[in-house]
Amino acid sequence: MFNTASTTPEKILQMLAALLLFAAILGVILFIAAKFGGRRGDKVVAWLYLLPTVFLLAFGLVYPGLRTIYQSFFDAAGKTFIGLDNYTTIFSDNDQLTVLRNTVIWVVVVPFLATAIGLVYAILVDRSRFESFAKALIFLPMSISFVAASVIWKFMYEYRPDQGNVKQIGLINQIIVWLGGKPVQLLIESPLNTFLLIVVMIWIQAGFAMTILSAAIKAIPDDIIEAARLDGVNAWTMFRNITLPSVQPTVVVVLTTIGIATLKVFDIVRTMTGGQFKTSVVANEFYSQTFRADNQGLGAALAVLLFILVIPIVAYNIRTLRRSEAS
Amino acid sequence: MTATPVTTTPPLTPKKETAAGIAKRKLSSPWASIAAIVLAVLWTIPTFGLLVSSFRPERAIKTTGWWTFFSDPTVTMENYKAVFGEEGGVNLAAYFVNSLMICIPAVLIPMALATLAAYAFTWIHFPGRNFLFIVVFALQIVPLQVTLIPLLEIFVKIDLTGTFWTLWISHSAFALPLAIYLLSNFMREIPSGLIEAARIDGAGHVSIFFKVMLPLLTPALAAFGIFQFLWVWNDLLVALVFAGGGDEVAPITLQLANLSGTRGTAWQLLSAGAFVSIIVPVVVFLLLQRYFVRGLLAGSVKG
Repeated sequence: MFNTASTTPEKILQMLAALLLFAAILGVILFIAAKFGGRRGDKVVAWLYLLPTVFLLAFGLVYPGLRTIYQSFFDAAGKTFIGLDNYTTIFSDNDQLTVLRNTVIWVVVVPFLATAIGLVYAILVDRSRFESFAKALIFLPMSISFVAASVIWKFMYEYRPDQGNVKQIGLINQIIVWLGGKPVQLLIESPLNTFLLIVVMIWIQAGFAMTILSAAIKAIPDDIIEAARLDGVNAWTMFRNITLPSVQPTVVVVLTTIGIATLKVFDIVRTMTGGQFKTSVVANEFYSQTFRADNQGLGAALAVLLFILVIPIVAYNIRTLRRSEAS
Repeated sequence: MTATPVTTTPPLTPKKETAAGIAKRKLSSPWASIAAIVLAVLWTIPTFGLLVSSFRPERAIKTTGWWTFFSDPTVTMENYKAVFGEEGGVNLAAYFVNSLMICIPAVLIPMALATLAAYAFTWIHFPGRNFLFIVVFALQIVPLQVTLIPLLEIFVKIDLTGTFWTLWISHSAFALPLAIYLLSNFMREIPSGLIEAARIDGAGHVSIFFKVMLPLLTPALAAFGIFQFLWVWNDLLVALVFAGGGDEVAPITLQLANLSGTRGTAWQLLSAGAFVSIIVPVVVFLLLQRYFVRGLLAGSVKG
């Protein structure tokens, strides 16, 4: 039951066995909890209900998190204590500085462009006849995996050498050729390649921004709009003075949320370039250092850095949410 | 709006408009429509190009652009046969099964555990409740990267590597903070009178849980379930660390990523493979869009 299952029937059996085992554990918990009736048993019931959760969280998140922080102060093999050396490396080594630079570019560009496109599109299709269809088109990339999205875009960026009768099969290079240019090795030219990877993330996240901002736009009270309309304001004033201020808290939440997702982007970089050609970002570098370069300490430090970078954005996000709920 | 004919007499009950609607109408409608169509086309073309390619013969894909398909349409199912076949080492069918095997428990386990935990947090008073809830809430932001290596070390030590268990356990643990947060938010909306009445009737926590809570929770459970299903189905990082590359455990995303790395020019396989991996999330999304968006909103900080 705890071995590797290799055939499909074996896999299904193992899955059913696992679900049965899980159901049995739940059954025992509920059975014991049912014995404690009345208000005095409350404490026992609460802890019984929380027991598996607390155990899983301690095992799967708390202990590993603390352990990684500890590991980040050790060398490549994880044996010798080296203090803050790994962190110094991140902020002084040339390759690592490129990683940091790329991460900054991602985190600045993706949230703003994705949110801007999402907002514009939400306004454009609002209350149009094909609204739900139009939204589904933009939103669809959000439901597929980053890996599949990367394959889709890799095909767009595909390059064929500029020789006699060789034809381009990637659309972008074909357009360059149609416009009279020479095909470019799009994923190899730095820093162009980083921006081309960023396009993929914007393509995915714009749908998220659009969906959430569209809901916010629809929530703007009718009387405000009616009043502005009677005043005869033009489209830009309407957008600037009514739409934008009304959805501003939502815009902040969308920006920060996409920012967090962007910070952790790994799949796109790994699938499209593997972090080569100066395209690596912190989340990808963590993987490369840990598993390719066998530098556990540096990998751990990069993971911790990621954690540290997420915290202020989340804190800001929660504060904004709180404030908008309060008002 | 854009297609509404201009009438000389205003309608008796003026149609309510949103600010965006007015902005758009005043933005001289045809331009707004054109802008929307351009964006929609830009967003669709990449997927469409690969989809068309997946039905073209290998030679055609590799020598001509997919846009030439319209002047010379030849359709084949060979690529899809090839990715499902054992030959060529692609064998997506096995990975597809793996993805399902990983997803089902990785959705059900955290869902059940989180429902119990959220019930305890919302409806039972016990010492340390607020503190524990804040800890669980805060754990939502822990990036997976921070947890992977120590978890891997434990799995090696207890000899679980290369099994589905590693993925079931880790995905469940990673999902719990979000699930608990989502479900307890939802439970708080349920009027406490309902629970009090049941208690006065002598019902214990177990029967209240099953008879009162569970039926009311369905929408929240659906939102979380769909979110978690897509999250696990689309995951690459966790699978990469725990599942190994073989077809015993690895999910379809991992095989697609490997294929893209090792056979990056085999577009006949990559195109068909990508669409096999996409089909499940897209169907889930199209059928259950409403719940999906709700789950997405709540789960935006996960991971």
